[in-house]
Amino acid sequence: MHIMEGFLPPGWCAFWYVFALPVVAYGAYKAKKRVEGDPSAKPLLAVAAAFVFLLSALKLPSVTGSCSHPTGTGVAVVLFGPSITAFLSSIVLLFQALLLAHGGITTLGANTASMGIIGPLCGWLVYLALKDRTRLEVSVFSAAAVADLMTYVVTSFQLALAFPGESLLRTAAIFMGIFAVTQVPLAIAEGVLAAYLMRYLVKYVALPTPREVVA
Amino acid sequence: MRRSRLPSALFVLLIVLAVFWATKAAASEWAGTDEQAEEVISELNPDYEPWFSPVWEPPSGEIESLLFSLQAAVGAFVLGYVIGRFKGKEHAPA
Repeated sequence: MHIMEGFLPPGWCAFWYVFALPVVAYGAYKAKKRVEGDPSAKPLLAVAAAFVFLLSALKLPSVTGSCSHPTGTGVAVVLFGPSITAFLSSIVLLFQALLLAHGGITTLGANTASMGIIGPLCGWLVYLALKDRTRLEVSVFSAAAVADLMTYVVTSFQLALAFPGESLLRTAAIFMGIFAVTQVPLAIAEGVLAAYLMRYLVKYVALPTPREVVA
Repeated sequence: MRRSRLPSALFVLLIVLAVFWATKAAASEWAGTDEQAEEVISELNPDYEPWFSPVWEPPSGEIESLLFSLQAAVGAFVLGYVIGRFKGKEHAPA
């Protein structure tokens, strides 16, 4: 789950805003250009955003005895690359911060950095590394699961940086024991779902190649 | 068709089992990870006061779950609509 409102000191809130804003702005610009240049990208963009909306609304119980929700960013990053994914995630995070008191306005930058930027970026790198070596399902599964899990590894480090306690690494390990361990089964479930969705999509739509995604 | 339905059926079964198992394991509280993190923060830094509170909070847990369902419903609706359109195009006369 996201970092709650008020639970990052102002300095760190500002830091993550500065980190996330340019990426989100660039993602918004790229999404606009993409849809203008290729109207057939519009329904795919809607699918990518809808997957984030749907999955990040589901709070699921996990093996640790606590609940968390998947991120749903894997499909977006495979279809559109990291910057557009950052833009889509920031919309969902803003919705949750304003209407659900989930996450927060002050922590929006940090949560966008983890769920929208660094997590999906890791997933994307995994996808690029695997996509010519394995079947589509395997590369998409890995990308989505890694994007999901890394999101919460980043969250753990964000909190540990802000509240290092005696030792930064030990504190990070404590937070990872909460966020990342809970997330493992959810990340696997999300990977399976993302792989099914992508398999369905390739049956009916020509997917953009990674080269188009970068350009 | 029969073959492709099996995974979805398994997935639903898995969720049902997970929820069932969750209600059986009474030892856990099934709190959100964000709440647990909050506890750790106040243990590590007893002096830390959240410096900002949500601008608006759902008045009750019921209303909160309504809004979460709404978020999921919007996502599921768009997914179903677009995928249905893609699939429908296949059968449409050229």
